[in-house]
Amino acid sequence: MTYAMSDAVVTLSDLRFAWNKHEDDLLYIPYLSVERGEHLLLRGASGSGKTTLLNLLTGIHQPTSGSVTIIGTRLDEFNQRARDQFRADHLGVIFQQFNLLPYLSIAENVVLPCWFSHRRREKAGNPREQAKQLLEALNVPSALLTKQAGKLSVGQQQRVAVARALIGGPEIVIADEPTSALDADNRSRFLELLFREADQQGCTLIFVSHDAHLADQFSRVVEMDVINEAARAAVSRQELAKT
Amino acid sequence: MIWRIAFKSAWHRRVGLLLTIFSISVSMFLLLGVDKVRKEAHNSFVNTISQTDLIVGARSGSINLLLYSVFRIGNATNNVSWESFQDIAALDEVAWTVPISLGDSHRGFRVMGTNEDYFQHYRYGQDEALAFQEGVPFSDLYDTVLGAEVADSLGYVLGDEIIISHGAIATEFAAHDDKPFHVVGILERTGTPVDRTVHISLEGIEAIHIDWNAGVRMPLEISAEQARKFDLEPQTITAFMLGLENRIQTFQVQRAINEYREEPLQAIVPGVTLAELWRSIGVFEQVLAVLAALVLFSALIGMLTSVLSTLNERRREMAVLRAVGAHPYHILLLFMLETLMIVVAGCLFGLLLLYVGLAMARPLLAELYGISIALTPPDGGQWMMIGVAILLALIISLIPGIVAYRRSVEDGLSIRI
Repeated sequence: MTYAMSDAVVTLSDLRFAWNKHEDDLLYIPYLSVERGEHLLLRGASGSGKTTLLNLLTGIHQPTSGSVTIIGTRLDEFNQRARDQFRADHLGVIFQQFNLLPYLSIAENVVLPCWFSHRRREKAGNPREQAKQLLEALNVPSALLTKQAGKLSVGQQQRVAVARALIGGPEIVIADEPTSALDADNRSRFLELLFREADQQGCTLIFVSHDAHLADQFSRVVEMDVINEAARAAVSRQELAKT
Repeated sequence: MIWRIAFKSAWHRRVGLLLTIFSISVSMFLLLGVDKVRKEAHNSFVNTISQTDLIVGARSGSINLLLYSVFRIGNATNNVSWESFQDIAALDEVAWTVPISLGDSHRGFRVMGTNEDYFQHYRYGQDEALAFQEGVPFSDLYDTVLGAEVADSLGYVLGDEIIISHGAIATEFAAHDDKPFHVVGILERTGTPVDRTVHISLEGIEAIHIDWNAGVRMPLEISAEQARKFDLEPQTITAFMLGLENRIQTFQVQRAINEYREEPLQAIVPGVTLAELWRSIGVFEQVLAVLAALVLFSALIGMLTSVLSTLNERRREMAVLRAVGAHPYHILLLFMLETLMIVVAGCLFGLLLLYVGLAMARPLLAELYGISIALTPPDGGQWMMIGVAILLALIISLIPGIVAYRRSVEDGLSIRI
């Protein structure tokens, strides 16, 4: 590793995003930094700018101004292609649901990032083998490996998505409400497994949710309302309008 | 890698895509089939006669003369006198002649009176001479030589006796049943109207008409054996073919014949008139080709609509691919590859349909239209059609591809359903 343990993995500075310059900012984050190995919960209701932040962190969108620095790389200075490649190489993403491609087998779904990233393929060594190990660690029966994604329960699908996010050792895993489709029991088991495997791989975890009950399981909780000053401004504008 | 995703994704939706593939197959089948049959028809058409420099008949239309003398279609309006024939045959420039006398038939097949020169000089295809499957040319007055198809479809073998009818339509009343002919030879199949012709000698034609006048049998009957004693030199013939010593003189001799004083005659150059005739049929064939192209176009539009209709349900797939690192251009590529697979599969299946169809239609086409179709691989023009179809499909696939590309840029990782 070229950066020290205490180094920030993600640093956002003066980050602004708006669809175009005539509209109000959807997001304005003066500063946020995420340490390596952290389990960060970004908590916020819908409309708090969570999705926008995720799109900026993953390089889908380009900030209007300010910087997004991930493992020492200024993502905002990259073009679209370079950002896409960066995402393939260094980020794992877990969605709320429908994470898997229905036409690929479970094993193929897990290996998928290695098809787009040479770096992760190298790091995985033998992608198939690593996929198998990850799935085993995540309690997905190996009998399901060759099955198609549609045959799995929602809980199993989400765990397969974790395996996919972790394969080839990306530095950061970004999870967008991955537990919202799970019941309470499954939810805590899922988090346990996710944390354990992320730690095992040395991944930093950025977890986005509206669910305040999850807060006590994370090493750090950041409220979107607090860091996103654009949302605060919008709220105060609304309150002004009421009075 | 993107290939694999494209293939698996398409395979997952194969039931829906199969219909699209099928409609492309049918249109490719039509497009290539029309082209193939057109070329083969043209081939067998222009190959009907070769090496004959001029065909001479009574003055009428040149196409009419070609039709009755070569294709045995329609009838001559007038005859050529034997004297004129001999005059012209005696010209220095003329190397050989083949007289033709038409008018009778045998169970739907035309009967043609000619002489031995026919077997020697008549050429079809690429300078191919007539060959005998069995037997020999006629020598006796009541000998006949059958075309391959006549023998096949009526089941004649050497030694059989056949009765010739007066006129082109077989009737009980107008049968030359008192003078049967013996089959002495059966020709090899040529793929030309020769296959459908019953050949007898000019003298034979005279003999069966000796007791006929103006299409009606005279009360005085002359038996087959008595007829042998008559002078059977024909008074008239229907037309004759001729070959020149030197082909350069073709137009010169043609003009001489056209200006022949004793009788209004007409000479045609077979190749020129064949081309003229083909041009007049050609319009129909072009209309068919245009229709087939339109069918292909509509199949491609059908493909476009079916691909567009899957765009919404595939948004999730696009978001997942983007999340694992796919560029928007990968998404575009995915749609183009899918289209490519559909069209290539459609073309392959269309070719299969075509060759199975041709193999099944071959005997029928040969029998009904005398068109012999060779099962050859697609030629350059046909490969080009396939190539153009694929290219067109790829261009069309840019539409859903670009829509998906823009959506995946907008949607990013958010899955909207």
